[in-house]
Amino acid sequence: MKYTDYYAALGVERGASADEIRKAYRRLAQKHHPDVSKEPDAEAKFKDIAAAYQTLKDPEKRKAYDALGARPQGEEFRPPPDWAREHAGAGPESGSQFAFDDVDFADLFGRFGAGSRAGRGGGRSYAEMPLNGQDFEVPVSIDIEDAYRGTTLELNLQVTEIDAQGQPRRVPHNVKARIAPGAVDGQRLRLPGKGSKGVNGGRNGDLYLDITLKPHRLYRATDHDLYLDLPLTPSEAALGATVGVPTLAGMVNLKVPAGTSSGQKLRLGGRGLPRARGGAGDLFAVVQVAVPGSLSERVRELYRELGELAESPRRHFTEGA
Amino acid sequence: MSVDTDVMWLDEHRLVSLTELVEISGLTESELLELVHAGVIPARDPGPRFTFSARVVTIARTACRLRDDLELDARGLGVALRLLERVQDLEAEIARLRAQLPRS
Repeated sequence: MKYTDYYAALGVERGASADEIRKAYRRLAQKHHPDVSKEPDAEAKFKDIAAAYQTLKDPEKRKAYDALGARPQGEEFRPPPDWAREHAGAGPESGSQFAFDDVDFADLFGRFGAGSRAGRGGGRSYAEMPLNGQDFEVPVSIDIEDAYRGTTLELNLQVTEIDAQGQPRRVPHNVKARIAPGAVDGQRLRLPGKGSKGVNGGRNGDLYLDITLKPHRLYRATDHDLYLDLPLTPSEAALGATVGVPTLAGMVNLKVPAGTSSGQKLRLGGRGLPRARGGAGDLFAVVQVAVPGSLSERVRELYRELGELAESPRRHFTEGA
Repeated sequence: MSVDTDVMWLDEHRLVSLTELVEISGLTESELLELVHAGVIPARDPGPRFTFSARVVTIARTACRLRDDLELDARGLGVALRLLERVQDLEAEIARLRAQLPRS
């Protein structure tokens, strides 16, 4: 397993007092907490800080951690023989045979420190303690088409489980979840019991999915409504036209009224994302009058003629001044 | 691997009881009630048997994380949750306005 320098994670000396450790944690936690911080790596940073604090704030866990010695961050190593029995509350039968390959420090101190206390205090060994499984929160990004049609997600996660010897171990955890049509950006789903398994009668953790919609080539989604840019030629905008518009259910004809300007929104009712309880949002086509960059001589001539007849759209600049 | 059909949508259509919310969120009943009385967690049916829209599960779980990770008390939680809600409302408003802007 890889060594994690918990003192460095909190930015304190190895000899720091409990108070210094608590202050350092509070300062860093407020800055990096993923519910508060917008840093892209806040989740990972906070996890490191929290794991360090969980171990160093507890005198017994800190003692066990210190017994591993000071090493460079990330160094591959194995805890000394008998370390698990002396410090981590492992039963004598497991002794030094603990394999430390599939775990990290957070697993090690997070789970077996609790066991060592319970073992001494309650007379029950760690292996008998009911322990609830952990909840997991997983961000999931899906296509707008999948939100529209519904989709089945296959999640390949890793969870920490405690084996029969009371040893924590990372195991693959695969979950298949059917997402019915109607998810929107920011939708949250709960899959009860699909977190990590409870031990000795503890309840299983839950799995939470935080859904976001991937950016789309054509549509911009907000709640159940969709927005789509609709380029029109100046003559289509001026005279009106019937144009084909792509919706999630296929092409539909949209009647553009005469005298349509850029920025106007034309609503296609019920052509947005479906709502979970029936009905659907709308699709809005946002008009953009598109003028070609290069004009042929003939077209240029026609525009000149039009220009002579056109009224200024800027009369309000000077009216009433 | 079978498909899990038991997917709970955390939206306004699904209701949860106080007991369920306590179990799911990790907050105690009295902590939850304090947040309800402070108006941070809206109750759907504020009788003696509270019910909530499942949307509040997210708020209650955030409250539990903030309590544990930042060691906040109920008043601190109330302020933090109100501010977080305002940030989320503003972000949603920005996203809504952005969606209406032409891409180019």
